[in-house]
Amino acid sequence: MLTHLINGISLGSIYAIIALGYTMVYGIAKMLNFAHGDVIMVGSYASFCFMMYKNVPVPLALLLSIVICTVLGITIERLAYKPLRSATSLAVLITAIGMSYFLQNLALIIWKADPKWYPDIFKDTAAIEIGGAVVKPVAIVSILVNLLIMITLTLFTNRTRMGKAMRAVSEDKGAATLMGINVNSTISITFAIGSGLAAIAGFLLCTTYSRLEPTTGSMPGIKAFTAAVFGGIGSIPGAMIGGILLGIIEILARAYLSSELADAIVFGVLIIVLLFKPNGLLGKKIREKV
Amino acid sequence: MTSIKKASVNSKKAFLNYALVIVFYVVFQTLVSTKHITNSLKGQLIPITCYMIMAISLNLVVGISGELSLGHAGFMSIGAFTSVIVTSALTGLPGIAKLVVGIIVATVIAAIAGFLIGIPVLRLNGDYLAIVTLAFGEIIRNIITNLYVGIDGKGVHFSFLSPDGLGMEATGKIVVNGPQGALGYTKLATFTAAVVLLFIVLIVVQNLVNSRTGRAIMAIRDNRIAAESMGISPMKYKMLAFTVSAAMAGAAGAVYALNYSMIDPKKFDFNTSILILVFVVLGGIGNLTGSIIAAGVLVVLPELLRKFGDYRMLTYAVVLIFVMLVTNNEKLKGRIDTFFKKLRMKISKGGRKK
Repeated sequence: MLTHLINGISLGSIYAIIALGYTMVYGIAKMLNFAHGDVIMVGSYASFCFMMYKNVPVPLALLLSIVICTVLGITIERLAYKPLRSATSLAVLITAIGMSYFLQNLALIIWKADPKWYPDIFKDTAAIEIGGAVVKPVAIVSILVNLLIMITLTLFTNRTRMGKAMRAVSEDKGAATLMGINVNSTISITFAIGSGLAAIAGFLLCTTYSRLEPTTGSMPGIKAFTAAVFGGIGSIPGAMIGGILLGIIEILARAYLSSELADAIVFGVLIIVLLFKPNGLLGKKIREKV
Repeated sequence: MTSIKKASVNSKKAFLNYALVIVFYVVFQTLVSTKHITNSLKGQLIPITCYMIMAISLNLVVGISGELSLGHAGFMSIGAFTSVIVTSALTGLPGIAKLVVGIIVATVIAAIAGFLIGIPVLRLNGDYLAIVTLAFGEIIRNIITNLYVGIDGKGVHFSFLSPDGLGMEATGKIVVNGPQGALGYTKLATFTAAVVLLFIVLIVVQNLVNSRTGRAIMAIRDNRIAAESMGISPMKYKMLAFTVSAAMAGAAGAVYALNYSMIDPKKFDFNTSILILVFVVLGGIGNLTGSIIAAGVLVVLPELLRKFGDYRMLTYAVVLIFVMLVTNNEKLKGRIDTFFKKLRMKISKGGRKK
C-alpha cells in the first residue's frame, strides 16, 4: 500500500510539474497550450541525445535540455500565439493543436518512430526503503524536485517584481499595461518558465518509464491538463494538488481495481469532482452579473 | 421586413448546401464509374463523407450551441461498434436492410449515450465543460477497449475485461475482441448510402437551426441570462442540441465502421475528436458549408501531400498553423481584404469598360 502511495505521489509530482506549465500559461494568456505535451517530448529527446550521443554528464544534459525547451517555448509563443492575441480562444486552440502536430512530426522525422530507451541514471543506486515500502530512487527524486519547484515558484510569484507583474497581467491585461508592465515580455517569460519545467518533467518521466517516442508527451500532457483543471485551472497550488491526486488515483486504480480501466477511473473521478466543484478544487468562483 | 429577408437568405444558404452535396456526389460517382480516380482516393470517399457528417454534427454543438466538445469521437465509436454488433447479429437479411437497421440502432444508442453524458456535462461551463467531454471520450474508448462481444445460435453475448465471460457455444464467433477491436465482419457501406445519410443529416440540422428551437439554442449561446429571462430553458435546449449531435455522430461512426471489415477502438481517440474540431474551426464556426468543405479538403490534403513523403504531416501542420494565422490575425486579414477589394474593383471597372 505504502509503496503504491509513494509511487502515486511520484507520478503525481511529474503530472504536477507539467500541469504547472498548463496552468501558468492559462492564467496569464487564457489559452490552452496543447503543444505543451510535445515540448516535454522535445526536452526528453534533447537530454537523451546529449547523454547518449555526446556523453555529456547528466546534470549538464538536463540543463541544456531546459535551455532548449525554454528557447522553444518562447519561439512557439512569438511565432504562433502572439499574432493571435486578439483572436478567439478557439482559433488559438487550433493553432496550438497545429503546433503540437508540427512538433510530433518534426520529432518523427529527426528521431524516427522506433522508441528509444532512456538511460536509467539511478541504476547504481539501490532501491530505497521507507517504513517497509521499497521504492525506486527516481520516485523520491521526483517528489523532492516537485517540492523544490513548488517552493521556488511560489516565492517567485509572490516575492519578485516579475512575479508581481505576472499576477497583474493575469488579473487584468489592460490595467497592467497602463501600470507600465510589458505584457508581451511577461507572457514570454511565463512560456519560458512553463517550457523549462516541461524539460524537467520530461527527464523525470522518461527516467521512470524509459520509453521515449514522438508521442511520449501527448498522454501525460492530457493527464496533466486534466490535473490542472482538477485543481482549478490558473491556480499554482491547484495544479500541484490536482497533479498529485491524479497520480495517486491512477496508481491505486492500476494496482487494486484494474490496470486496463485505470484511465477511465481517473477521468471518472475528475468528472465527479467537477460536478461538485465546477471550478476545480482550488479554482476561483466567478460571479455572474446580470 | 428584415426578418423575412434573413429567412430567405437562410433558405438560400440551405439550398446551396444541398446543391453542394449533390454536386459532390455526382462528380465523384462519375469519376468512379469512368475510373478517373486513384484507388487511394476512391477508398477515401466514404470516410470523407463520414467526416463531413461528423463536422456538421460537431458544428451543431460548437457553433450553434456554443459549447466546446473535445470528445466527439467517443459517440462515433459507440455508433461504429453498435452497428458492427447489430449487422453481425442480423442474419438472413439482405445487405441494404442490415445497413439501414445498423445505422438506425447505432444512431439511437449514440443518442442515448449523448443524453446520459449530457446530464453532467451541460451543467458545466467553458473550459470545464470541454475537459469533461474529453474525459468522457477517453472513458468510452477505454470501456470499448475492454469490451468483448460474441454471437452464437442463442444470440449476442457480452463480457467485460476478458473474453472468458462470454459463455458461448462452440460454434460462436467473437465479433468485438477487446483491444483488437471488431474483426472479420462484412463490409456493407456504400458511397451512395453515405451521401444519403449526409443529406439527411443536413436536412435535420438546417431545419433545426431555422426553427423556433434552433433560434432558442442560438439565443442561449449568445446570452444565456437574457434567453432564460424570456422563458427559454437552457438545459432543455442545450441537451437537445447535444443529443441530436451525438446521434448524428453515431450514424457517421456506423457508416465509417461498415466501410471496413475491421475497426480498432484506438481509431476513435482524442486525436480524432481534435481532427473533427479542426474541420469545424477551419470551415468557420457555425458555418455548415464551411464544415463540409473543410472536412473534404482536410481529409484529402494529406493524400495530395503524398509527394512530400516523410514531410507530409509536417507540411499539413504548417499549412494548418499558417491558415489559422492568416484568417485570425487582424493585420494580415486586413491586408488580404484590401487586396481582394482592389482586385474586385479592378474587375468591375474592367467589366464596365466593355
